[in-house]
Amino acid sequence: MSMIHVDIVSATESLYSGEAKCVFAPGSNGELGIYPQHLALLSTLKPGEVRVETESGIESIYVSGGIVEIQPNIVTIFSDTAIRAHDLDESKALEAKKRAEEAMLDADSSHDISSTQAALAESMVQLQMISKMRGKKI
Amino acid sequence: MEMVAASKMKKAQQRMLASRPYSEKITKVISHLANAHPEFTHPYMKEVGELKRVGIIIISSDRGLCGGLNTNLFRSLLKEVADYQAKGIEVEICTIGKKATSFFKNLGLNIKSVLTDLGDAPHFDDLLGTVKVMLDAYDNDEIQQLSVAYNRFENTMTQVPTTAQLIPMVASESESMSHHWDYLYEPDAQTALSALLVRYIEAIVYQGLVENIASEQSSRMIAMKSATDNAGDMVDDLELVYNKARQAAITQEISEIVSGAAAV
Repeated sequence: MSMIHVDIVSATESLYSGEAKCVFAPGSNGELGIYPQHLALLSTLKPGEVRVETESGIESIYVSGGIVEIQPNIVTIFSDTAIRAHDLDESKALEAKKRAEEAMLDADSSHDISSTQAALAESMVQLQMISKMRGKKI
Repeated sequence: MEMVAASKMKKAQQRMLASRPYSEKITKVISHLANAHPEFTHPYMKEVGELKRVGIIIISSDRGLCGGLNTNLFRSLLKEVADYQAKGIEVEICTIGKKATSFFKNLGLNIKSVLTDLGDAPHFDDLLGTVKVMLDAYDNDEIQQLSVAYNRFENTMTQVPTTAQLIPMVASESESMSHHWDYLYEPDAQTALSALLVRYIEAIVYQGLVENIASEQSSRMIAMKSATDNAGDMVDDLELVYNKARQAAITQEISEIVSGAAAV
């Protein structure tokens, strides 16, 4: 019996990799049953359970959404680690923008420290140059 | 500090290796996609006509004392920025890490978003906002190209400043599948493609971030090792000077006593 290669990965680790008889994934339009020689397909996933049927038994892995790519002999499932919601992403984007504005306005004290450090490094180099020049003249 | 950096480096390397499968696999899917003939071409995959503004995501460390790591990256970036500006192209940047933020702020470039204080183990979620700002800018045609700059971790001794273009995607020439084929998309082409492409970009940025952290730690380890060695050399030199001075003092004292005794 032909087998299908399955890879389940998340951004931080590889969750499963191996041969299987078939795979079931929670597609966004309904449960997907994937057998070898499946048509090439690209689908988003709903949060749910991915079941991998191997010869030794059934592996069950929970995914919190993601993407599945199917090639005739390979199935790749990208599991999300982050919880995604449009509003949440939006607010995070706003936060990032706000930090940029703060940095530009120099409001954050931690950036003050680093810019002072940069200025300090600059004047240290200048001092070194001056002492070198003096050394030559004398 | 060398020891601390060494142990942190090991963890950072593990994290880097752990996240590699994801970015490798997603890059593979993207290259499949580039070879397919999608019914719908996503804006991220189209070539844009004229470049007016480019966006760069710059990944640096939060802390210093890591040798020339950040400086090397900034130097290679400054060259690129100057090249763009010579062609009349404006540069918008997004900084990750305090060092890049303060450096590029002093240069007076327009910073669109900032992300700092990530620590040694960054979360994938931390990146979402920052990346979204840049993607939104692309969607609204504020920038026509987006790249990411970071230190690629080659090995403990070498870290290479790298700039990689994220969008529009550069077509890979790896495998050329000649026959006409396309994916089946669920729920539809646009949703599936945007979900995939956004994840791809985030994965590449995340990979850059963890590689940069591994680079930072190994660079710090080397820097601290050479600092310890230099301090050791200095101690040896100073000990020699001290011994010489001590011997000179003793000799002088003895000669004074001897000449004093002779005078009596």
